[in-house]
Amino acid sequence: MSDQPVTTGEDAAGAAGEIRPGMAFSGGFRGAGEGVPEELRPGVIETRGMNVYYGDFEAVSGIDLNFQYNEISALIGPSGCGKSTVLRSLNRMNDLIPSARTEGEVIYHGENIYAPGVDPVEIRRRLGMVFQKPNPFPKSIYDNIAWGVKINGFKGSRADMDDVVQRALEQAALWDEVKDKLKESGLSLSGGQQQRLCIARAVATQPDVVLMDEPCSALDPIATLRIEELMLELKKDYSIIIVTHNMQQAARVSDRTAFFNVELDNRGMRTGHLVEFSPTDLLFTNPKQTQTEDYITGRFG
Amino acid sequence: MSADTGRPVDRNFPTEDEYQVLLGKRTRRGTTAKFGFLFLLSLAVLGLAVLLMTIINDSFGLVAVVNQQEPEEIVASLGYDPGEVTLESLSKEDLVTVLAGGISNGVGRRLEREQRFFEDRLAFETQDKWDEVCASDEPPAGCSGGARSQGDVLLLVKERIVQPDIIASYGFFNSILGGNAFKDDIAGIFENTPERWPDYTFDEVRFQWRAWLNMTFVTTPSSSIPELAGIRTAILGSAWLVLFTVLFAVPVGVGAAIYLEEFAKKNRINDFIQTNINNLAGVPSIIYGMLGLAVFVRLLEPLTQGRTVISAGLTLGLLTLPVVIISSQEAIRAVPNSLRQGGMALGATKWQTVRSHVLPVAVPGILTGTILAVARAIGETAPLILVGAAGFITVDPTGPFSQFTALPIQIFQWASFPQKEWQNIAAAASLALLIMLLLLNAVAVILRNRYSRRMT
Ligand SMILES: Nc1ncnc2c1ncn2[C@@H]1O[C@H](COP(=O)(O)OP(=O)(O)OP(=O)(O)O)[C@@H](O)[C@H]1O
Ligand SMILES: [Mg+2]
Repeated sequence: MSDQPVTTGEDAAGAAGEIRPGMAFSGGFRGAGEGVPEELRPGVIETRGMNVYYGDFEAVSGIDLNFQYNEISALIGPSGCGKSTVLRSLNRMNDLIPSARTEGEVIYHGENIYAPGVDPVEIRRRLGMVFQKPNPFPKSIYDNIAWGVKINGFKGSRADMDDVVQRALEQAALWDEVKDKLKESGLSLSGGQQQRLCIARAVATQPDVVLMDEPCSALDPIATLRIEELMLELKKDYSIIIVTHNMQQAARVSDRTAFFNVELDNRGMRTGHLVEFSPTDLLFTNPKQTQTEDYITGRFG
Repeated sequence: MSADTGRPVDRNFPTEDEYQVLLGKRTRRGTTAKFGFLFLLSLAVLGLAVLLMTIINDSFGLVAVVNQQEPEEIVASLGYDPGEVTLESLSKEDLVTVLAGGISNGVGRRLEREQRFFEDRLAFETQDKWDEVCASDEPPAGCSGGARSQGDVLLLVKERIVQPDIIASYGFFNSILGGNAFKDDIAGIFENTPERWPDYTFDEVRFQWRAWLNMTFVTTPSSSIPELAGIRTAILGSAWLVLFTVLFAVPVGVGAAIYLEEFAKKNRINDFIQTNINNLAGVPSIIYGMLGLAVFVRLLEPLTQGRTVISAGLTLGLLTLPVVIISSQEAIRAVPNSLRQGGMALGATKWQTVRSHVLPVAVPGILTGTILAVARAIGETAPLILVGAAGFITVDPTGPFSQFTALPIQIFQWASFPQKEWQNIAAAASLALLIMLLLLNAVAVILRNRYSRRMT
């Protein structure tokens, strides 16, 4: 439970709720499923029959996904199939798009995050996000990281905060490069450094899950490799869900991969569907669906 | 310039020769456009230059003055050497003596009751009469206030004893280029209007170089004699107005803009509000004056005490409000969405995100728009006339409930008098108003730069 009172951003309607949101979200489930068959193990976050609309347009339909603790899950598929849409609906960032509407359930720690009374602010604090384009705040490197920690009610001293900042930067493999210029603007860094700063910023608030939308698409191969190493490092402490167009990347880092595809519905709308969600080695070596096989072998038409 | 690529020829594309002709045409058209725009720019610059030159022309130049009594004579009559001592350097005691010698005792007593001349003694009243007057139900201001300064008394001496009278004044450019033409001019004036200048001979006329905009002009209050009139009251009035305009329009305007841009849902009511704000920005200022008169001066009289600084300030605040809202909205809208997403994705509330990331980036833009709006408000005359700016007032405004005048009002009034000297001080006051605007803009630029440096 966050230390703050439930300050509702956009969902004031349900705030005076019967449900005390957050109680259910505060950990305790981790590792609960050791020894239980994989399919039955409760995931960190799970979608059930999720449809997302932009206005009248159904962008994705009938998504059932179950993401596991301390794993890297990759979302792949052709452009426009709704990967970003799915990712954004996992931490209610879609709420920021006025026309967006989500149906179905997204279960996080046993509770539907779209239920009335759930504060999206708390959801986002537990499911951090890294965007395709690095978007550091126009503030110092230090403040870029300290801000998210502070607004979530950090109680420690100045020295404690220094530690938090340092640890986050170390986790993001950026500490050595910036430790002498923490006061400089986050915008003065290179693109790859900025992206790692954004990752550091996201992990500093200690979320459960880190959602990443094509975090490497603006980076050169070396920076990309660094971020991949970083993800493998982070997965010890966090669950990571990553959207990527780079199938080698998905194959290299992810434990599980979801393949999406677009289908024309009867009204001629291009709606995204989940085609297959399997352990990565299986999906790439032995796909169950021909669509998947066509896509990963580049025979996609 | 063309290379033979061996590609098949597509007849829809121009041939090489046609292309060269077209290219020439396009280049010429571009050049024409460039010079056209340069010409338009020159027109704009010319217009501004002429405006500035007219004001400067009227603000500086030669004047031909006759004095009722020459300052040198006054100094000599006190036994000083006029070659060494000037009227301005006389002590307050001497000046009061001079004043007492030139005005009736009745006028002297009236002046003393307005404000006494000395702290420790009376110059015109007897002590008994003074005590009696001060003990009455409504004692005059002189009973409680402090004494006049040497400068105040000097002004009285000039106004009542020296009594300068300007025969003619000349513009800046005329004064520089005019040569000897002035003497003929003055002679002509004496000849043509003998009834106006019966007592003067040509030898008494003094030609003085005069900057109508000078420190004395800026620091003295208005007067019924143009040579002695100043704009202190008007400058202070304008300053108070700006203060209240800003205090009202900036918090309200920026707040409304934040709500509309960041929190308002897209629905009919908010669309309606937005459309109306846009329309209000175009409403003529006189209509705001009508509104100010009806609401602040009349309806809210118990609160505003009628025709006061605060009524006018709020009227100007309302007038600037739509522009402040619109320009703040634009500045807020220009902040990249990625910053909002970045903030929200860390689990910040909307307001935390807006305050920490959106507003700091928007501040320079908000400042620019606000300053432009306030600068327009400073120059507004029509609404001030309606809400009752005083045309002639010599008392400085001291707070929200003071009577006041403002620079544009003063300019408007002076410029409407027929004599040339009033035109001169109207021009000088205009120059002062322009300088005030420049200073305000400078403050805005400094604030903006300081903010921008912090950001990047
Ligand atoms: N803000 C929005 N408003 C309306 N429609 C949107 C919006 N964002 C996405 N869409 C639509 O939803 C569909 C899915 O978009 P989405 O961005 O999720 O695809 P994606 O798989 O991430 O594609 P890419 O790989 O190119 O990033 C597309 O048809 C897109 O046009
Ligand atoms: Mg995308």
